[in-house]
Amino acid sequence: MFGPLICKPGSSRSNKTGPWRTESRPKFLKKNCIACNMCVVVCPESCIKGEGKNTYDFDPDYCKGCGNCAAICPKKDIEMVKEG
Amino acid sequence: MKELLEGSMAVAEIVKRCKPGVISAYPITPQTHIVEELAQIVADGSLNAQFVNVESEHSAASVVLGAVAAGVRAYTATSSQGLFYMAEVLYNIAGMRLPVIMTTAVRAISAPINIWNDHQDAVSLRDAGWVQFHAEDIQEAVDLHLIAYKLGEDKSIMLPVMVCMDGFILTHGVETVDMPTQEQVDKFLPPYKAPYKLDVENPMTLGPLVDPDYYMEARYALNETHKEALALIPKLAAEFTKTFGRAYNGLVEGYQLKDAEKVIIAMGSACGTIKEVIDELRIKGKKVGLLKITCLRPFPVNEIYNALKNVPKVAVIDRALSIGSFAPLYAEIKAVFFGKTKRPEVISSFVVGLGGRDITKDSIKEIFRLMNGKEKQAEFIDLKPELLKESYD
Repeated sequence: MFGPLICKPGSSRSNKTGPWRTESRPKFLKKNCIACNMCVVVCPESCIKGEGKNTYDFDPDYCKGCGNCAAICPKKDIEMVKEG
Repeated sequence: MKELLEGSMAVAEIVKRCKPGVISAYPITPQTHIVEELAQIVADGSLNAQFVNVESEHSAASVVLGAVAAGVRAYTATSSQGLFYMAEVLYNIAGMRLPVIMTTAVRAISAPINIWNDHQDAVSLRDAGWVQFHAEDIQEAVDLHLIAYKLGEDKSIMLPVMVCMDGFILTHGVETVDMPTQEQVDKFLPPYKAPYKLDVENPMTLGPLVDPDYYMEARYALNETHKEALALIPKLAAEFTKTFGRAYNGLVEGYQLKDAEKVIIAMGSACGTIKEVIDELRIKGKKVGLLKITCLRPFPVNEIYNALKNVPKVAVIDRALSIGSFAPLYAEIKAVFFGKTKRPEVISSFVVGLGGRDITKDSIKEIFRLMNGKEKQAEFIDLKPELLKESYD
């Protein structure tokens, strides 16, 4: 008999971490974005995507609400807002 | 062909015939010369394997873990403190369901430092998830390695197997051994085909982190597989007998059990001495017998029950301790009979041969004599009371 033994790659896709968010979520203001890509780099869930200025946004299925994107944004164009 | 061989050399010879692709070992004390001989065999070009010398037993176990995870048959050997240093990895190997085969030259554990034979190292690791065989003599040690590979690599089993042989008494003893030919071994043991392995073309993770949603099922499956192994071992042993001619059932062996009134239960090389004492006592008309436990894990509960249910007096010989509690093998034998209607009236517990103290024929006769009295709890045989004192003042 065998139990859970082996993981195929990509299993983190099925592990939706959005429900970990308890207090706040990022709000992408899309006003002063310079497309520096820093928010994409620091996101621990790799759930921020965008192509060009003022297009970046996050995937709420995976965002844990850590606030790294808001903290690193050099143009203060991401702010954390209360969940709900 | 029958040859006069030292135990370590005999094991090296049979491992060579099993054709492992990777052998890894820590080469210094408490190692035996099993791997020294295998290193020579590999260096001579007689075995196409990679021999990896490592800086510790922890690394040796890790190397064979990795080798089997990559789909290669592997082998290692150790003893005593070395086995303990492997312990963390051994639990991983079993949990990852990798059929590593290892020889353990069973020896005592420090302190005091002692390199001689008892069963404390292997018995302490009985919960690691490995199948654990204990050999009585060099021939059985050789044969059990073949059964070990066949069992461990069975697609329904996939478990690591430890073949335990008494340190020095068997590893350094010389006996006549009927060494199977390469053709016989090839017929019995086909090349290893891993049902899962690390492969860059088909990536997967072995031994991942699992949260509480998954862990229990992995451990449950491991435990269930030991029960399945219990059913498979006698079948493989029968297949072994068909190929090689020597009869085992792989779990237990009874000696003069029919009509026996007093039976000793034991593991390892002491069984040879016990058989000799039984032969002598039988001539005098004493109805005595032996039940040898070959397979400690999985524990052959039904076989033990059926062999001993009608025996009035039973004594369990332990060559290890569970300090502060009952002797380990004794506790399990008692558990077999608890609550049963048919059971021995007396199940006594004796501790013998720790740290290489000789188990002589007199030791065994003393145990048979003490079985006449009340039930004994971890009674030490051949103890020297003159070495003991209540304080160091």
